[in-house]
Amino acid sequence: MHLDEIFFKIMIYLLAAVISVPLAKKIGLGSVLGYLIAGIVIGPFALELVGSDGEGVMHIAEFGVVIMLFIVGLELHPSMLWRMKRLIFGLGGMQIGFTALIFALITAFFWLNTAQAITTGLVLALSSTAIVLQTLSEKGMLQTRGGRHSFSVLLMQDISVVPIFAIIALLASQIVTDTPIGDDEVVNGWQQLLIIVGAVGIIIVGGRYLAHYIFKLIAETGLRELFTATALLLVIGIAVFMDVVGLSPALGTFLAGVVLANSEYRYELEDNLEPFKGLLLGVFFISVGASINFDLLFENWQLIVVVLLIVVGVKLLVLFALGKLFKLEKSHNMLFTFSLAQAGEFGFVLITFASQNDIYDDYTAGILLIVVALSMLITPVLFIINEHIIQPRIHETKYTKVEVWEDNGHPVIIAGFGRFGQVLGRFLVANGIKVTIIDNNPHNVDYLKKFGYKVYYGDITRKDMLESAGAAKAKTLIVAMSERHQVDKLVELAQKHFSHLKLIVRAEDIAHELALQNKGVEAHRQSIFDSAIQLGVNALSSLGYSKYQSFRSALTFKHLDKRFMKNLQQRYSKDDPHFLMETRKFSEHLENILLMQQKHPYQEMDCAWDTDSLIEEARENEEVKPKK
Amino acid sequence: MKKVLIIYAHPTEHKSRVNKHLVGALSDVRNVTVNNLYERYPDFYIDVKYEQGLLLKHDVIIWHHPFYWYSAPSLLKEWFDLVLEHGFAYGREGNALEGKIALNCITTGGSESTYETGGLNRFRVSDFLLPFDQSANLCKMKYLEPFVIHGVHLLSDKEIMEYTTKYRTLIDSLAK
Repeated sequence: MHLDEIFFKIMIYLLAAVISVPLAKKIGLGSVLGYLIAGIVIGPFALELVGSDGEGVMHIAEFGVVIMLFIVGLELHPSMLWRMKRLIFGLGGMQIGFTALIFALITAFFWLNTAQAITTGLVLALSSTAIVLQTLSEKGMLQTRGGRHSFSVLLMQDISVVPIFAIIALLASQIVTDTPIGDDEVVNGWQQLLIIVGAVGIIIVGGRYLAHYIFKLIAETGLRELFTATALLLVIGIAVFMDVVGLSPALGTFLAGVVLANSEYRYELEDNLEPFKGLLLGVFFISVGASINFDLLFENWQLIVVVLLIVVGVKLLVLFALGKLFKLEKSHNMLFTFSLAQAGEFGFVLITFASQNDIYDDYTAGILLIVVALSMLITPVLFIINEHIIQPRIHETKYTKVEVWEDNGHPVIIAGFGRFGQVLGRFLVANGIKVTIIDNNPHNVDYLKKFGYKVYYGDITRKDMLESAGAAKAKTLIVAMSERHQVDKLVELAQKHFSHLKLIVRAEDIAHELALQNKGVEAHRQSIFDSAIQLGVNALSSLGYSKYQSFRSALTFKHLDKRFMKNLQQRYSKDDPHFLMETRKFSEHLENILLMQQKHPYQEMDCAWDTDSLIEEARENEEVKPKK
Repeated sequence: MKKVLIIYAHPTEHKSRVNKHLVGALSDVRNVTVNNLYERYPDFYIDVKYEQGLLLKHDVIIWHHPFYWYSAPSLLKEWFDLVLEHGFAYGREGNALEGKIALNCITTGGSESTYETGGLNRFRVSDFLLPFDQSANLCKMKYLEPFVIHGVHLLSDKEIMEYTTKYRTLIDSLAK
């Protein structure tokens, strides 16, 4: 391919993404569906802007999944992973086992070929880590119970990709006895195990003891791009290394992420890799869309629809039953069930691998590929069904109708009732303030109702929701969600449509606080600020400071910080188009903040309580007196 | 025309009848500044420089507060402790307040007759206000007789109106 051709391809991919994703988000479909549709549009069966190279692109873009798992790993501490072992191995293992078994039986019934049956069962048991994690985190649902269960299962599936490869290879070797891969697998089984254990060991030891020094060395050069390069090198290196020893790259990088979760460079790594992840995943989804073979689809559409329905249907049933078994509340179980009902991106790889090994003929492989792609394509639709049809039904009995809400006419609306909103809500309720609480976590909603709170389930970043919550009559809107982009979305919405509302906003960090101030939000607070200072007060007390002295120091610090924020605000003027970026850059570097802080001397406060000048004057007066 | 600074300290203004009215009536008088301490410093963290600046800009200082335990609400005491610094308000070089007029405006629950020898409160209001008197004196200010409203719990709306007018008249005469 010529250079200009490559650039043209890149341009097409980017253009498709830039046009379709905002559109899809606007309609409320989420970015994943936007990318998929973009892929179909530019694919060989619509505009023909990209051709058969889709698969090659997909292969590169799969690397986005690898980076994603690395970042997911960074956010997981080993201890947390250990705590989730029951979900990962129990729930995840059972999901794979049962789903694979059922699909294998169904396939065996139709195709009557054991190898095909087992392969199909295993392939279809997997779900799409890329789509599901992306969607869940976009919706802020990854931390809910349902989201955590989904995550555990996805993790188990990613881990299982390695043995599934081995199994398929083994099956292939039975069909064609002289397949070298199969022989290798069988003969070298033990060696393989040793290699795997060794590789995992290298990652753990390297991540624990070596990575720190390397990152420090790189960070000391002060070259930002070098750190980015190192971060990429690390992930790609591990992926290649894993590939060589025959392990799943995704699994390897995930493991490396977990090992590095405690590293002080964790955020730096995350920040550097985030854009690559997003971009590559986007390209991956686009190539999935572009790879759908519409000729085959149109010729066999009845068969494909039936297979698709069976696949999604069986997966839904198994997931739902398992959710019940693991005692998920209904609303969480529905999220869990609907999020994982598709086949996954590893399906493409596995199906291709199986057809290379003559397990599938081209026709069967083609049909299966389409089914996998379509099932991924309808995932966003399943999410929408769950959110807009299933969840409201579950809460129907408690779901108060719009008219009743407006009758409430509560002066305060709290958006987001997680840990943060709860403390705030308790405080207001204790003061006899009537509050309308809205949360998108169904579990909270149920639970809090038991304690007599007026809590409603829904996505408050939608205008109609805000309206039904009584925004027109309320005086104050407290934005207490944890997801920054949701906070910003709601602030914008409220300012646009309900300008009379006083906004009280939970900010994520200094940059966010400044950005909010810039938008004209007067009351905002970094959610961690006050609790951090409170612990600081305790620390001072532990050093022997008197209780009041510690308390007073905290007050001084807070007031200085207020001044300091004002100063920052002036420094980055409103008219500066780069305001957001500038403040972000500024606050990312602790050094800047500490320097600014130095300009506001902490020690000059409370002078009147100092007796130095009094003593001095008294001494001088004493000297003036004539000595007897 | 002299400028008047009302340093107003009332921790439960929302429950007040008399003070709210008295101070509220002054809010749009041009030469009067009302400095509501409990509103400005809910966490008792007084901005000393700001308060000193206010003092410098005014000629008549009125400490306006309910009479709590024969003295002022605690934030006003904190104000004295922090704002009247040595070297600013008193001491060899502390002449910033020299020649200014100072007085208290006070509301009490007890009637005037209880603030007498042999009465329930045994002393006159001005006896209890000696610390203010002497503080003003130390700061080289001229301390005037307090403006006192007794028996506020039982005042009628009409009486409150009368006191408001009286207070206003006093302030106008001081500002001349």
